[in-house]
Amino acid sequence: MTHLLEVKNLVSHYGQLQALREINFHIDEGEIVSLIGGNGAGKSTTLKSLSGLVNVTSGEIKFLDKSIVNLLPHQISAMNITHVPEGRRIFPEMTVEENLYLGAFNVRDKAIIKERMEKGFEYFPILKKRLHQKGGTMSGGEQQMLAIARALMNQPKLLMLDEPSMGLAPIIVDQIFEIIQELNKSGITILLVEQNAYHALQIADRGYVLQTGEIILSGTGKELIENDEIREAYLA
Amino acid sequence: MLENILRTLPQVLFDGITLGTVYAVIALGYTMVYGILKLINFAHGEIFMTGAFIGTAILLAFSSLGWIGTLPIIILVLVAMFLTAGVTGAIGVGIERIAYRPLRKAPKLIALISAIGISFLLQDLVRFTTEFANDGNFYLIGPELFKSNINVPLSKMASFLSDASFKTSFLFVLVTAVALMIILDVFVNKTKWGMAMRAVAQDRDTAALMGVNVNKTISLTFFIGSALGGATGVLFAVQYGTIDPYIGFILGLKAFTAAVLGGIGNIRGAVLGGLIIGVVEMFAAANLSTLTNHVIGAEYKDVFAFIILILVLLFKPEGLLGKALHEKV
Ligand SMILES: Nc1ncnc2c1ncn2[C@@H]1O[C@H](COP(=O)(O)OP(=O)(O)OP(=O)(O)O)[C@@H](O)[C@H]1O
Ligand SMILES: [Mg+2]
Repeated sequence: MTHLLEVKNLVSHYGQLQALREINFHIDEGEIVSLIGGNGAGKSTTLKSLSGLVNVTSGEIKFLDKSIVNLLPHQISAMNITHVPEGRRIFPEMTVEENLYLGAFNVRDKAIIKERMEKGFEYFPILKKRLHQKGGTMSGGEQQMLAIARALMNQPKLLMLDEPSMGLAPIIVDQIFEIIQELNKSGITILLVEQNAYHALQIADRGYVLQTGEIILSGTGKELIENDEIREAYLA
Repeated sequence: MLENILRTLPQVLFDGITLGTVYAVIALGYTMVYGILKLINFAHGEIFMTGAFIGTAILLAFSSLGWIGTLPIIILVLVAMFLTAGVTGAIGVGIERIAYRPLRKAPKLIALISAIGISFLLQDLVRFTTEFANDGNFYLIGPELFKSNINVPLSKMASFLSDASFKTSFLFVLVTAVALMIILDVFVNKTKWGMAMRAVAQDRDTAALMGVNVNKTISLTFFIGSALGGATGVLFAVQYGTIDPYIGFILGLKAFTAAVLGGIGNIRGAVLGGLIIGVVEMFAAANLSTLTNHVIGAEYKDVFAFIILILVLLFKPEGLLGKALHEKV
């Protein structure tokens, strides 16, 4: 069986700095895969390489058996690979509604856009009440919800979330993680980047541990939670 | 003295607002490009000037075909503006491709120097072409289109006012410039590609993640800004008759000042800034001599735009409607 996403010997640089050193991993359809690691490990760089924001130096990325290496971000987005960036990156001067419309930039049909918007409100009812509020004036938790709802507008086949729990109150974090699981049950494959390793591994089918640009460990979520090294480094 | 000022105020306001709308539409070009690239497109004044020449050439061609006088003048000018806008829009897109895009990751100063280079290039190109086609003269005189004057008998309404009068071309300029601004506002705020432009201006990477083709959006921004600049050049030529390849410099600077005054990157700010500069300039032209007891004459009116610029930069660098920016060029 071929994987939904397959990454082979991926190397990425920022100028002279090598951020990823030949990393290998894959994601199968229907999985939640968590990518964990400390600050500066290269987690965000991995997602940016997949979504086209960072130029790949060498290696291969295949999505549904097609190479997507160094396609432009909008081309990758059109393949329904959807990246929710670190820090949510809501358009601050635009309303919630406009942010959602932008999420569906690849869609022409207004009826489909409306339909997806309603679907998003089922997960995040609060957004419906805030439709005309400027994105920048929303709370952190609301912005994260909007960021995920905005990504859903693209009907992702692969949803990549970069630290969705960052800076949020525990109760909101629980809520977000629950919704991630629900989304996965509805058929969306998820690549979850987290520093909140315990939480992320708990809901993951499989996980990878990244350290200074290299994958140093992998396994099922359960295996990794029980791994002593990980307990010490990330779950203490 | 105050009486004198009040007397001429309606005329000053009318002329100032008309001039202000011209500044405003040019300022829109600066502000749109700055908003999306954080780059001062120094060549924009030259785009305006190029538009004035292309438009005048088209109108002269219409004239030699004998169309002027037989076909409605407003239609002819609108056609000339439309054609010119297409050409200057394409020039703007070309400039971005050749002179700015390769430098997108370079320091902003480098791109600014590239922009200044393009300015000189356009000036010389227009001058050369005009001299070639116009018996060695580098200025161009357009056909006279709007001959009539409209008188507003204000003195009959209120005895402390003088009558105001203006050329019909002023009215045409005013209405057209306002129409252009309304169209742009609707485009930017209500259409999908307008939304893409705002998205790229606010957060380029995230816009790309949404599926927005960033390069296409930037090209579109240059097209619209340069098309507006070129169309305004035609308006200017219609209003003033004689043009030379150097009109873009001072007008561009004033329009840029208007953009900074309103808050560069802010579309409505550019309009507000343009109107303020236009009115202040006309006010100075009408009253400087009276106010200073004939020491300083009307010819110093241009100074005021720049005094305003300096004051804004000192006391409210983000402009009247702008937000405090992190990065300044
Ligand atoms: N735009 C950039 N320019 C230069 N270096 C960068 C850039 N972005 C990231 N880096 C460097 O690349 C390395 C990996 O960064 P990355 O953002 O991928 O880490 P991360 O695992 O996401 O960390 P965090 O958990 O703090 O978000 C770091 O050493 C970082 O300093
Ligand atoms: Mg990160």
